[in-house]
Amino acid sequence: MKRWLLISWVFALCLTANSLQAKEVVIVTSFPKELFEGYKKAFEARYPGVAVVVKAKQTNEGVTYLRETRAKPEADIFWVSAPDAFQTLKKDGLLEKYAPPKDIMGKIPAKIGNFPVHDVDGTYFGFAISGYGLMWNKNYLQGHKLVAPKEWTDLAGPRYHGHLVISAPSRSGTTHLTIETILQAYGWEKGWNLLLAAGGNMGAITERSFGVPEAVISGQYGIGVVIDFFGLAAIASGQPVDFVYPSLTSVVPASVGIIKGAPNMDEAKTFVNYLLSEAGQLVLFSPDIARLPVIPDLYAKAPANYPNPFKTKMGGVDFNDQLSSGRRDIVNSLFDHVITFRHKELKDAWASIYKAEEAVAKSKGPNVAQARSLIAEARKLASQAPIDEKKAGDKEIIAGFRGKSGLKAQLETEWESAAKANYAKAKELADKAAGMAR
Amino acid sequence: MATSEAAPALRLRERTDWVQGAVMAALLALLFVFILYPILRVLWVALADEHSRPTLIHFQNFFWRPLFREALWNTLWSGFLVVVFGSLIAVPLAYLTSRFEFRGKIWLQTLATLPLVVPPFVGAVAFQQILGRSGTVNLLLMRWFDFSIPFMDGLTGVILVQTLHFFPFIMLNTAVSLSNIDASLEEAAQSMGCHGLRLFRRVTLPLMLPGFIAGSLLTFIRSIDDLGTPLMLNYKNLLAPQAYLRITTIGLDDADGYVICVMLVALSLAALLAARKYLSLAEYATVQGARGASRPIRGKKLVLVFLISAVALAISLLPHLGIVLLSFSKVWSFSVLPTRFTLDNYQEILFRVSHFIKNTLIYTGLAAGIAVVLGAAIAFLLLRSRLWGRNLLDALATLPLAIPGVVLAVGYIRVFHGWEFPGLGAPLTSTWFVLVIVYAVRRLPYTVRACYAALQQVHVSLEESAQNLGANRLRTFFRVTMPLISGGLVAGALIAFVTTCVELSSTIMLVPRIELGPISYGIYVYMQSPLGRGAGAALGVVAIVMVAIGTYLTYRIFGARAGSAFRV
Repeated sequence: MKRWLLISWVFALCLTANSLQAKEVVIVTSFPKELFEGYKKAFEARYPGVAVVVKAKQTNEGVTYLRETRAKPEADIFWVSAPDAFQTLKKDGLLEKYAPPKDIMGKIPAKIGNFPVHDVDGTYFGFAISGYGLMWNKNYLQGHKLVAPKEWTDLAGPRYHGHLVISAPSRSGTTHLTIETILQAYGWEKGWNLLLAAGGNMGAITERSFGVPEAVISGQYGIGVVIDFFGLAAIASGQPVDFVYPSLTSVVPASVGIIKGAPNMDEAKTFVNYLLSEAGQLVLFSPDIARLPVIPDLYAKAPANYPNPFKTKMGGVDFNDQLSSGRRDIVNSLFDHVITFRHKELKDAWASIYKAEEAVAKSKGPNVAQARSLIAEARKLASQAPIDEKKAGDKEIIAGFRGKSGLKAQLETEWESAAKANYAKAKELADKAAGMAR
Repeated sequence: MATSEAAPALRLRERTDWVQGAVMAALLALLFVFILYPILRVLWVALADEHSRPTLIHFQNFFWRPLFREALWNTLWSGFLVVVFGSLIAVPLAYLTSRFEFRGKIWLQTLATLPLVVPPFVGAVAFQQILGRSGTVNLLLMRWFDFSIPFMDGLTGVILVQTLHFFPFIMLNTAVSLSNIDASLEEAAQSMGCHGLRLFRRVTLPLMLPGFIAGSLLTFIRSIDDLGTPLMLNYKNLLAPQAYLRITTIGLDDADGYVICVMLVALSLAALLAARKYLSLAEYATVQGARGASRPIRGKKLVLVFLISAVALAISLLPHLGIVLLSFSKVWSFSVLPTRFTLDNYQEILFRVSHFIKNTLIYTGLAAGIAVVLGAAIAFLLLRSRLWGRNLLDALATLPLAIPGVVLAVGYIRVFHGWEFPGLGAPLTSTWFVLVIVYAVRRLPYTVRACYAALQQVHVSLEESAQNLGANRLRTFFRVTMPLISGGLVAGALIAFVTTCVELSSTIMLVPRIELGPISYGIYVYMQSPLGRGAGAALGVVAIVMVAIGTYLTYRIFGARAGSAFRV
């Protein structure tokens, strides 16, 4: 008797836990829980009977997942910030072409600045605008007696040494876009100089993009490189933080796309329509989501002081996302092997350089000029781009990166060892210069 | 016995052999499919090139790349340090609790087990808040003394969190060994003039070594397996996070990730084989029930005992405090304590997203049930039968101890992904069943041990008399054997439950969708949102409460022997 009770209990458990919804739409997204839960609630209220199911994956993870399940797709929608991830999926033939109703599309302009809001071939659609900027913790800056930053170039220089935080672009689609923005705004050479100098000031390079706003909000680090809604949402929820858009930033749409061969095609289309409709766009104004809608007329209903990308000229960089998605793997890997994995050496090198500069500034000794030239040499070593722009765009190298050949491993090891050697030498020179200056 | 009576007994044994044989075959097949085969697949990817020919090139690449060499070194070093520092805290506590009687001893034992209750990755967040760069302690240090201690920087942070989580493991195993030392051995030494430190070194220490070594080696294995702590503390230069990151970011076909998995398994297996002598079932079973002598202490010595324990426990219970504070906080930013408190976090997790709690209860309940049933069957076959394959069964059932969670998950994804499981209409990895199976498999070694130890206490003549009276094999098992070993079954089930509640390494890779996630996954998702730490901590508190209740029940049911349930 007891045995049958046990078996029937187990069976009942299985049933309740496995209760199938009549209809559902499965979404792969890298967005934070506040956003997808906000939309889940709103969508399910509007369309009862359709359940929204979320697979939370970081952007690159999501792309890999879609590639691996292409034979039998398990998800309907791909929903992330980075347009180049969509470019990659489109090229791989993993997105479904769709034309949303004209009355919805009519309200959305074709371009934001010079950047198209939607894909020209109708495989993915912009649903929110994002800018990239700097977020800081007011308590922290006060406690460490620092001023707030304004531009990307502020990130280099001795005053913020050890106080910055960023996430690795290979693990964060939005950070990759920020890195590309800096490279496109300042040019390949100068861009890498800035990235390496900023890298030397980083206190930490996080593995998850949410690690950055989290570190800043908890006060662990003072200034973080983030996508705007992290900063705006944190401010709205009463955290002691602030946010700024540097003058040279890109304003790019975050997009949604339907996966080719989606198991719930109709529900997926309904979801996309909802997202682009006025009702769906209004959800973006909620304080814990804090994103910028693509419908210009809606800004009349925005909260006070809300940024309006269609009115004010945000940006200044015309983002070339063909260029970005082409060299995406190389840029990510370069950043990782030259900055992320060698972070300690880079940081130490720059610490020595700053110390040496301080010593030279104060010194009146005879060897100052020589010390200065040593420091300049050290600076060059600690901010050198590992490869030039032409090589980064070279088709053979890009193909080699994707394939299984040893080219990737070889190049990566080359970059990493060169970086390690350079930073060690830079530190050595800087220390020598500091010694001379006394 | 007369010959005519011997004959029926012989016939009974012949008849039952094929039933036992069938069960043995079924168990071996099950363990092969769900334990050995996924590991072999992982091994195969690491050893095959793109044309499916065996090659060592991937391993060569692994040792050639400085990043991986560093990860390997860091893993070995941190595992070693965790054992060393853990022992520094654990051994004195073990000595105190097993050799002395004093008021409040039960409290000390329970509190000392409490760190096991907080999953290390949840503890990591709390440690960050209290001991981090801008945490409570450092802010006070900066304010008063103008310096800060980098407790949580890089590998130091990982080692700190893991030490304070895993030391109870070493303590419990050592305590059991110590409490089984025959008092007369020490008395004999004392009567020959050997006292104090010399007595400890020459007599006590060697006798306590088996338990200590078992605990240490298992701590080493679990430390190198830990995926959650490095991810939460953002330190990637270790083997487990490297494997996870490479396989999820670069893809299922990236050989490097598999090579790292194989390295992890190799390290764990080496440690397990080294500990085998001390972990053998025979060794384990004989320590059950034995009691050594313990001396009462009072007065000044008692104060000293409390002082030592208070210091050790205060540090190790810091994360619990941190999590509770965090769960009630709305704003805790660059300040010693939260500046704004709220009850919203609990409202959210108890009412809006209660599915995490519900799922945990279902998955761990089912997994514990499966693990206990399989464990009992395996223990029965190992002890009561003389079939060929017993050693293989024992080895397969112990193997999960040496397989890190991340490797098992990778193996499962490799084997079951893209292939429709019969009867489910979908790949196993798209359903929640895969989680139940992984949990059951990972806890099997514990339940086998618990059932084996309990079964050893049951004399075979009890079963034989039941059979003589006409009961068949199955009926005997359910009506006679199982009630007698119910203690062991419950112990095994509780252990499985308590440790699975806070499992993240396999979970993070196998959860098909958020709604199907257990508490540990829920905590991870909440911690992924910069505004969600409060709710994540609230979930952490719920997990702590669930595990604490399970632990308390264990101590309540088994009293002083409860520690042995947490062994191994």
